[in-house]
Amino acid sequence: MNNILVARDLRKTYGENEAVKGVSFEIKAGEIFSLLGPNGAGKTTTISMLSGLIAPTAGDADIAGHSIVRDSLRVRERIGVVPQEIALYDDLTARENLTFWGQMYGLSGGRLKTRIAAVLEQIGLSDRANERIKTYSGGMKRRVNIGVGLLHEPQLLFMDEPTVGIDPQSRRAILDTVKALNTQGMAVLYTTHYMEEAAELSDRVGIIDHGKMIALGTQRELAQQIGGRETLSLHIGDDQNSQALAEVVRGLPGVDQASAMDHTVSVIVVSAAEALAPVVGAASANGFRIRGVEVTEPDLESVFLHLTGRALRD
Amino acid sequence: MPKSLLIALKDLTLAFRDVGGLLLMLLAPFALTVGIGLVTGRFSGDSSTGLSQIPVVLVNHDEGDLGRVLVETFASADLADLLEPKTVTDEAAARAAIDADEAAAAVIVPAGFSTAIFEAAADAPSIELVLNPERPVSAGVVQSIVESLLSRIEVGRVSGQVAVEQLLQTGRITPDQAEAIGREFGEQQAGTAGSAITIRRVDVSGRAAAAFDVLTIIAPGFALMFLMFTVTNAGRTIVQERLNGTLPRLLSAPIGAGEVLGGKLLGIFLIGVAQVAILIFANGALFGVDWGEPVAVIALVLASAAGAAGWGALLAALAQSPAQISGLGSALMLIFGILGGSLGNQIALPDMLLPAAWLTPNYWGIQGFAALGTGASLAEIAPYLGALLAMAAALFGIAIVAFRRRGLV
Repeated sequence: MNNILVARDLRKTYGENEAVKGVSFEIKAGEIFSLLGPNGAGKTTTISMLSGLIAPTAGDADIAGHSIVRDSLRVRERIGVVPQEIALYDDLTARENLTFWGQMYGLSGGRLKTRIAAVLEQIGLSDRANERIKTYSGGMKRRVNIGVGLLHEPQLLFMDEPTVGIDPQSRRAILDTVKALNTQGMAVLYTTHYMEEAAELSDRVGIIDHGKMIALGTQRELAQQIGGRETLSLHIGDDQNSQALAEVVRGLPGVDQASAMDHTVSVIVVSAAEALAPVVGAASANGFRIRGVEVTEPDLESVFLHLTGRALRD
Repeated sequence: MPKSLLIALKDLTLAFRDVGGLLLMLLAPFALTVGIGLVTGRFSGDSSTGLSQIPVVLVNHDEGDLGRVLVETFASADLADLLEPKTVTDEAAARAAIDADEAAAAVIVPAGFSTAIFEAAADAPSIELVLNPERPVSAGVVQSIVESLLSRIEVGRVSGQVAVEQLLQTGRITPDQAEAIGREFGEQQAGTAGSAITIRRVDVSGRAAAAFDVLTIIAPGFALMFLMFTVTNAGRTIVQERLNGTLPRLLSAPIGAGEVLGGKLLGIFLIGVAQVAILIFANGALFGVDWGEPVAVIALVLASAAGAAGWGALLAALAQSPAQISGLGSALMLIFGILGGSLGNQIALPDMLLPAAWLTPNYWGIQGFAALGTGASLAEIAPYLGALLAMAAALFGIAIVAFRRRGLV
């Protein structure tokens, strides 16, 4: 399968701060590729470089055969961008917004009208197309925000954390939209810090942290990187300090990494059967009351924890 | 359609959907125009100018013809509707009338004025004009009449001097006769000056033009003052769009950064044009203000909007946040309103501040509209158009450089 995107050693520096430190990856035509990483990992900066919004300090990328450095305009004709924030005009209707943005992507006349109708149908807002955006709910705005990126039928769609701050129903609708677009053959670069979204959508995942791509592959390939380890999830009471418990178990034999999140401590272990007793024992000895324990197969969260020693949402 | 024009039209649409903005763009200047129009009697129906029976105190200490001509001019039939002159002999009484707000202005002609003028004395005494800052428009009218009269006298004096010199050079008179002939010529000129002193404007062909209408100053004055609000508000959208994410989204579309910036700047200009055009048209349609030659009016509307839009663009390029632009924009609106004459003519300003008026689009725009209102042609308002367009070019140029340097677009 042909690559729609090839990024080579992309770097972005702001003064002393290197936000992206040499990121390289490829996206195949028709593939959903997720960039998974915590806030501030460099996901948005990477997408901003790829979409021509900011120039890379070094490195380059080819999108549909065009360099983002030398041929940015051609690149921008072939990509769709769905930014993290709702980038729409509140005092225009959904139809007026789509018309304006369609014109910015070079659509006009009958083709513009046809595409607007198709996109409104796709995002389920045909019946409210003539209402101003400011009257919409957050979820509806998100859907229009995505619709703008689809108007010109791009070969590659960039979606930067499109589910941040919305209700579960709208989130579900967006994930289904991404899948539907993919079945139509559109490649998608999807950034998120939600492991579940990356796991559900992606053909391949790149894990990014502190501006570096620290792991890349299919979910199976990434799970193999932690060498068959397992995850123990320790659930403790509301009055207990999960950070302190993570500190307690981190040094135990057979424990690879431990990270606290709310009232759960995730512990990467070589063997759950061998580590369970010492971990629970150490917790009890230090005054922690364990309310439940789960043993799970390695997932993207485990991989991130294994590689960085931190949870994705730390 | 060019993408920059589409961006500008989108901004124009958004501006006219902002109800709060519309109140300040259109309703506020219109309401103020009507209010001041009522105060000046413009809508009372008994005056063609909107100003009538302006009380003026005259003090004539001059024993010669010029003082007499001035008094006769103010009392002439041509100015009977406009002025209500009162002659007194005591300067102190004249000043007291101003202090008591009983007169818009006092004109004091010093003793020996005529003699000094005809003899071209180096230390000729000046006519003293005491203006009432509480009645800036009326005082401005009196000032204009006095200046016009003095201008006519000066022309007569110089003409007489030239004529006498020519007679001397050709040997038609002797040096002994020169002084007497010169004095007689000057006095004849001064004696006829009164007939020329009106506030009617006459064009080059001798055709009488439209009578002075106070709304030709007031309406554009307020329109241009609130134009500053409009253009700074429009400029604010550049920074606001950057924060909202729509500007980055535009820049990730297949459109050049220059086109995006051009579209935003064009938007500021178009919004300004729409505001001034609506207000000028409304004053013409509702109150019968005769703005004169349509092509000249359109040119002045465009030039005024361009000059003001330049300030809006510059503010947007230099400010750090939308709130800062709003604050500075309001300040600029008031400062320019005072300096440029939107809030009355500049007679209350210290002399040192008067040149600052040239930096305001208000000043050039008001001068231009006032001239149009009294029948000026496109060619006659060319200096005002030139000043506004030069202002626009300079400010847009600086703004574009600043936008680029700051990486805002």
